[in-house]
Amino acid sequence: MPEMNLVQSINSALRHEMKANDDVIVLGEDVGKVGGVFRVTKGLFDEFGADRVIDTPLAEGGIIGTAIGMALYGLRPVPEIQFSDFIFPAFDQIVSEAAKFRYRSGGEYTCPMVIRTPVGGGIRGGHYHSQSPESLFIHTAGLKVVCPSNPYDAKGLLLSAIRDDDPIMFFEPKRVYRAVKMEVPEEEFTVPIGKAKVVKEGKDVTVIAWGAMLFEALASAQEVAENDGVDAEVIDLRTLWPVDIDTIVESVKKTGRVVIVHEAPKACGFGAELLSLISEKAFLHLEAPPKRVTGWDTPFPYTLEMEYLPLQHRITPALIETVRF
Amino acid sequence: MQTQEQVVPIRTPETHLEGDDVFTVIRPDGTTDPNTDPRLPQHMVLDLYKAMVRTRIVDLQLERLQRQGRIGFHIGSLGEEACIIGSAAAMRPNDWIFPCYREFGALLWRGFPLQTYVDNMYGNDEDPVKGRQMPDHYTARAYRFGSVSSPIGTQITQAVGMGWAARHKGKDEVVSVYFGDGATSSNEFHTGLNFGGVMNAPVVFLCRNNRWAISVPTEMQTKAAKLSDKAIAYGIKGVRVDGNDVLATWKIVREAVERASRGEGPTLVEMLTYRIGGHSTSDDPRAYRVQNEVERWRGTDPIVRLRRHLETKNAWDDAREEEFKTETEAQLKTCIGLSEAKKKPELSSIFTEVFSKQPWHLKEQQAECENGPRAKPAH
Repeated sequence: MPEMNLVQSINSALRHEMKANDDVIVLGEDVGKVGGVFRVTKGLFDEFGADRVIDTPLAEGGIIGTAIGMALYGLRPVPEIQFSDFIFPAFDQIVSEAAKFRYRSGGEYTCPMVIRTPVGGGIRGGHYHSQSPESLFIHTAGLKVVCPSNPYDAKGLLLSAIRDDDPIMFFEPKRVYRAVKMEVPEEEFTVPIGKAKVVKEGKDVTVIAWGAMLFEALASAQEVAENDGVDAEVIDLRTLWPVDIDTIVESVKKTGRVVIVHEAPKACGFGAELLSLISEKAFLHLEAPPKRVTGWDTPFPYTLEMEYLPLQHRITPALIETVRF
Repeated sequence: MQTQEQVVPIRTPETHLEGDDVFTVIRPDGTTDPNTDPRLPQHMVLDLYKAMVRTRIVDLQLERLQRQGRIGFHIGSLGEEACIIGSAAAMRPNDWIFPCYREFGALLWRGFPLQTYVDNMYGNDEDPVKGRQMPDHYTARAYRFGSVSSPIGTQITQAVGMGWAARHKGKDEVVSVYFGDGATSSNEFHTGLNFGGVMNAPVVFLCRNNRWAISVPTEMQTKAAKLSDKAIAYGIKGVRVDGNDVLATWKIVREAVERASRGEGPTLVEMLTYRIGGHSTSDDPRAYRVQNEVERWRGTDPIVRLRRHLETKNAWDDAREEEFKTETEAQLKTCIGLSEAKKKPELSSIFTEVFSKQPWHLKEQQAECENGPRAKPAH
């Protein structure tokens, strides 16, 4: 089985699905000849041609608006937004249009499309290349939101997403793009949307994370296991919405303690919704106040980005505090 | 309180359509210019006329219903019937129409049942969109007609994508997309024309320049003398047509459709017309425009103009007008009666079709709603 990084596994999923289905169209800024600024679509232009891999003019609203038109007609567009920080010119098209077509048309029109976009910090990108806007899309009725943490899940989830009949936000943790390599099947396989994964079982505290922060959560779990004898359970959400509530509730009922980690700012970040759901569904099982380890409620800083991100050095004390409460 | 006398006219309105680049067919005396006349068969011209008259009858009646509190809202097309019906009629049967929100006349032209349209106005349980949207926010995929949303201009880039997709699939299908003069300031107008040009999409951009975007006149929307000039920047063809002349509109739009079909790219058609009514039933234009401007525009009424043309051909008269109006009004009245008697949509319709399959959280919320204080919905 070949080893792939995240860039290669997403490329492999796109190539597979474009071969299997002529209706799959890739479009976006620089996705063609150059293969995208992160080279995720590398080689697709040569293999499938300018009609399947479209270098668009530089306007995110136009990328998503035209992709919607393609989807309404019956194609399966996979538009790329170069950085999720640049998605806001397309916000109206995503929130008011793609997400609402099925509902507002009584099911006559649907918008099956996967909006791929790199997310998150830690790559010295400053405010405009580092943000994590996922909760804005989770808050929007009609969108599914996916964020894989590793190459295997990324390929399996992307294949599921392209075959799904709903519009899907596919956030790719750019810090992981070339940082992690693992065995990924060359052939097709799927990872179901809506299913989290318990990546480390434990009994003392539940840690919920996704994307690049999953690795920080795992590092902290290992640290507290070695230094403090704390047995943390780590959940990789993989799909943020609709979230796998059963896996979360089952874990929290077992551990009675929960720490949520995300890069996005704390206020109204997805952690807030997760804790509300946990309160509604497992309140009497909680043994300690839940904790959120998140980005600060500030813009994303450049020089001090590692002090902004909820990295291992901040997660570890949160775990200890929660367990010792 | 501002009285009408205190309203300062902010411009001198043009009541006629000047310029040698404005394409016109029907002359003031009702005859046609032989050099421009598309020479449509008389039965078709009669169909266009009847569709325009029906549009106006429906408009006036829906406005009354809103004033009576029987429907919540209506957004009409008084004075714009020719550009809406003429352009819709110029689309071929397999072509697509993406509406703005003022084109119910185009929807009915496509054969959408009047009863279903009125059901949409009432948002009842036979409204195809299940009462989920305001009145006049219809969808009609079976009629190759889009889905209305309120944000301005969003449909423009979508039409480009759909036209591109049709051609990609090897289909000879052109997509037309309506928007108003105000939308020419929106992001999606510029993006749509630019993408349409670059992608050489088979699209016809139909701008109803009705001179008013709610309270803002066209000359405050742009410094450009002609909206059609905006096509130049995108390398596509731009044309102006007298939008109160149904034959001229038909011809110009049909030519644009044929160009698109031949692979010659999109056209921006500026249809010059005038919004006789308010922006919608929620608007009172007396607050921002002088009444004599409206009265002068009534002199260019597209229905009066086409009727004069038909009379020169002895194809229409008072008796036929009366008969058609009586019949249409009766049909509409029947539809209204039936729509009013229908039930509200089921509570479950709030929770379905958000996704292809209902996820757990919506199942939970639907159960909460159905078993809550509204457990027995009062229809």
